[in-house]
Amino acid sequence: MTPVLLLQVMALGLLTGLVYALVAAGLSLIFGLMDVVNFAHGQFLMLAMYAAFAVHAASGVGVALELPLVVLLLFVLGVATYRGLIARALGVATNRGMVQIFVTFGLGIFLTGAAQFVFGGDFRSIGDGMLANRSLILHGLHLPLAQVAAAVVCLLAFAALALISRTEFGRALAATREDREAVALIGIDRNRIFALGWGLGCAAVGVAGVMLVQFYYVSPNVGADFALIAYVTVALGGFGSLLGALVAGILIGEVEALTALLLEPSLKQVGMFAIYLAVLMLRPRGLFGRL
Amino acid sequence: MAKLPDNAILRRRRRELAAGGAVLLALAVLPLPIADVYTQNLIIMALLFAGLAQAWNILGGYCGQISLGHALYFGIGGYVSTLLFLRAGLPPSLGMFAGGLAAGAAALLVGWPCFRLSGHYYAIATLVVAQIAYLLALNWDFIGGATGLYVPFHAESWGDLAFRTTKRPFHYIALAFAAAAWFAGYLIEGSRWGYAWRAMRDDPVAARSLAVRLLPSKMAAASISGGLAGIGGAIFAQYVGYIDPDSVMSLQLSILIALPAVIGGVGTLWGPLLGAAVQVPISEVSRSWLGGAGRGSDLMIYGALIVTVALLRPAGLASLLRPARRPPPAAEARNANAA
Repeated sequence: MTPVLLLQVMALGLLTGLVYALVAAGLSLIFGLMDVVNFAHGQFLMLAMYAAFAVHAASGVGVALELPLVVLLLFVLGVATYRGLIARALGVATNRGMVQIFVTFGLGIFLTGAAQFVFGGDFRSIGDGMLANRSLILHGLHLPLAQVAAAVVCLLAFAALALISRTEFGRALAATREDREAVALIGIDRNRIFALGWGLGCAAVGVAGVMLVQFYYVSPNVGADFALIAYVTVALGGFGSLLGALVAGILIGEVEALTALLLEPSLKQVGMFAIYLAVLMLRPRGLFGRL
Repeated sequence: MAKLPDNAILRRRRRELAAGGAVLLALAVLPLPIADVYTQNLIIMALLFAGLAQAWNILGGYCGQISLGHALYFGIGGYVSTLLFLRAGLPPSLGMFAGGLAAGAAALLVGWPCFRLSGHYYAIATLVVAQIAYLLALNWDFIGGATGLYVPFHAESWGDLAFRTTKRPFHYIALAFAAAAWFAGYLIEGSRWGYAWRAMRDDPVAARSLAVRLLPSKMAAASISGGLAGIGGAIFAQYVGYIDPDSVMSLQLSILIALPAVIGGVGTLWGPLLGAAVQVPISEVSRSWLGGAGRGSDLMIYGALIVTVALLRPAGLASLLRPARRPPPAAEARNANAA
């Protein structure tokens, strides 16, 4: 193994890790806000990838059009999911924790079926996009342009999320997280905050999905793998922590890339899962999680 | 819980047992007039999943620990029984209990770190642990890797649990499994353990103050639950004649094991059976009617069903069987005060 190969693998791990981080950030934001795990998170990512694919096939304009359209779609989908399902699930009289889990799980199964119904089971990708098949060569490292673009856009999205948390709305989010009863007294509509939180979390997944499909195939079942990585990332970084999602995402990307290099590609997920188990034993709340 | 006079509880217990016996009898004669292989298969799968869901229910329902990784125990049961048959010649009628023991032990091993977590954290941990095992199984050549294992066939016999010309014996094997799981649930409901587990599920702090030891209770529930799921896995392996990580250890399977209990009623004695009687036919029929692989409409119906039942009947279909229980006197008094 040459140092260049090691550097190459680590650079790719970093680029992938930034995408993982943004997917995890969407999950973490919703969880941190209202203690609900979205078990359809991976399917939302899959939907975003298909939507970008469809926009690309219909227009051929490229990422510049796909990004705003798909992000808007996912935002609306997130708000609708909260209003239509989650708000109801929070209101049931018995088995509340279980209902939350299975409502989002059922939604995920539904979305997988819907994708299969509309797009069929084939693997698809945007092979002829303007980012495809081009590489950035930097000090002897080959970096696929699509992945570099994805990493940059995901970093920007993180910056946007960080900025939003400093606005009036962001402070309302934080206040609602702290005490969902008390915020009603100062005129914050809890339901509206929750709905916007869902919209925001899903929009983050939308960004990740659009950038991902530029270089990664999409199929109805692609969501499950990414969702699993997102759960591990969020658990590692700490539920509800934005910084945790960023750090853990990069860490997971690196661990995955290095495991694939040192063991074998088919075992690439074993390393990250082992880290997850270690965190479980040593620090159950994750690296940056609050208690 | 409202305080009932002791003999009322005993009467209800006796009624449950009588109903269980009647259902067992009905299910024992049910296959006699059915010659259609497709329907036979449907009933066998429904019985198998009724047993599996009851196994899940012991940990998820009575004890309140929602596992999304029960395919792990199912898979271990199937693999241990099949490998013992293949490599050591141990007949599966014994091997399935070895599989159950191995799966129960695995449940203890998984439970020890995971039970420190609660709620969603626990659910995700079980999901990830099962997924790790699935990935390792895919890459482990000794147990067949991704290609899987064929169960060897010598002759039709009860010792080998092998029948190739008729499905009927499997009906009784699956029925015995479902009945055993039901009876385990029945015993637990009436036992000291069952009360302790439910108390712990409803209020861990209060239960602890009444000297319920949380970790040992959860471990006991996990080992019973995992062990039963393992036996189910061994039966499945014998029934299908072939196992691979996708068919016995996948995440989808973990969900399929939990779902009948959720649809029928979590933490109820009849929920898993009721849920399996609804879920298995719906998923099988929609799959074959709507055109099978690639179309996806069966998944849409399925997903929509889960969402609908979870939202409209959070206590499951079993809550339809029993009229709403009168609220306890304290609640009535509160309501009266409020009014």
